[in-house]
Amino acid sequence: MSAPYTDPDTIHSYEEPPEGFVAGSKLERTLRAGHFAVTAELNPPDSADPADVFAAAEPLADVSDAINATDASGANCHMSSIGICALLTRAGHGTVYQISCRDRNRIAIQGDVLGAPAMGVKNVLCLTGDGVGVGDQPGAKPVFDLDSVSLLRMIRTMRDDGMFLSGRRITRPPRLFLGAAENPCIEPYEWRPDRLAKKVEAGAEFIQTNYIYDLPRFEAFMARVRDLGLHERVFILAGVGPLASPRAARWMRANVPGIHIPDPVIDRLEKADKPGEEGTRICIELMQRIRDIRGVAGVHVMAYRREHLVSEIVQRSGVRAQAPPVSR
Amino acid sequence: MYRIRLFAVRHARGFEWIYTRFEAVMVALDPVFSRLGYNRVERPVAVVERALKGLLFDCRMCGQCVLSSTGMSCPMNCPKQLRNGPCGGVRDGGFCEVRPAMRCVWVEGWDGASRMRGGDRIREVLPPVDRSLEGSSAWLRASREKATALRAARDAARTSMAEAFAEARDIEPASAPLAEEPSSAVNRGDQP
Repeated sequence: MSAPYTDPDTIHSYEEPPEGFVAGSKLERTLRAGHFAVTAELNPPDSADPADVFAAAEPLADVSDAINATDASGANCHMSSIGICALLTRAGHGTVYQISCRDRNRIAIQGDVLGAPAMGVKNVLCLTGDGVGVGDQPGAKPVFDLDSVSLLRMIRTMRDDGMFLSGRRITRPPRLFLGAAENPCIEPYEWRPDRLAKKVEAGAEFIQTNYIYDLPRFEAFMARVRDLGLHERVFILAGVGPLASPRAARWMRANVPGIHIPDPVIDRLEKADKPGEEGTRICIELMQRIRDIRGVAGVHVMAYRREHLVSEIVQRSGVRAQAPPVSR
Repeated sequence: MYRIRLFAVRHARGFEWIYTRFEAVMVALDPVFSRLGYNRVERPVAVVERALKGLLFDCRMCGQCVLSSTGMSCPMNCPKQLRNGPCGGVRDGGFCEVRPAMRCVWVEGWDGASRMRGGDRIREVLPPVDRSLEGSSAWLRASREKATALRAARDAARTSMAEAFAEARDIEPASAPLAEEPSSAVNRGDQP
């Protein structure tokens, strides 16, 4: 698989997407074919060893359409998203290159938006990013030159108009499937779908949501999304993940920005003999119920430090098994 | 001031009304500013603008004021300086992820926009801030921009004449001139 990137005869070839696709990634193909998609988040290593990246990807690769490489999520330092994506695409895995606006300005980001596709990246997730204060180096300078929405529009302009923000021409525009995040379960609830509409307007083609543990609230969000017709313009992947214990759930709720876990979910973990297994069961149930919500095109599994369970969770949930194309 | 800033959002509709009128005045003053020179009025106007908007909106003088599109809640007060918020980290009750004691600037913004006549402007995708304009007067920038657009509309008539008679213009530019005419050269018909 590494040949196209090392063979000097083919090193300049850049694969143009087939007709009807913006990038032609496995994720885009799955979604446009109407199949229920699964993406999974990789826990980036605190290491410079590529073997650690492949080890982290191993439990996710077979059950997902793309692996998300986070960009210093929670403002904690790890191997860069672009490094991880470059390694994984060489091994033939689909990747989602995550870009946070927290650490780099528009000059750096536009450069990476050319560099990543040159190394085989076909999906990108545009994020604003958590504040630096929650991370391991709270004294860092927060950049936030762009926000997730202007970042989307910037990359779309680079791709579709072949231009940098300055208007300077790009000779070979980057072919990227554009993604963004949304958080349906936190305030302001009534405006979240409208903000989603802005992201679609700015260029988002798929959405990966934050964790969904509050199904009624997510259903209300999706109802409004359908009213606005957004489910026909963007592929929505709902964020899920197994909780390890009631303590871990409470800690996440209190310390990780944007996480909403209702009390009944924590109670259920508390009453279980084996909270870890109960967490997995809750995750599977949520996936099955989310699959039936009209307008949902897939799930995004974020199993932080429980990546070894992802394959089992996806298989037991049956969301991918001979499923008919999802109605949108 | 934080409290006045929240008050401004609660009364977004009133401030919208004031702002619309104020902008019309600034645009009407374009000939005056042009004659004095925008360079010369920049400093004094910026001083007044900083004081007034600082008091009302906690303005940071980004130079690219978008209050009318953000529910009268200044987005530069967002610790992430989002121009298209809110982010995904809003705390229970609508408080800021980074500064938990502060109301989320964008929760306030969407609320303010819902009170405004032109509140739908919050749905437009706003570009990133041009940091080279920090500290300069957004009022002058906006009025200059509007006045230029009005001038361009007047110019359009001349442009279409020039395009319709392009060949003649090539040999006789004065037959369909493109350059703006000084008022002293134009007989509007109301003069003897």
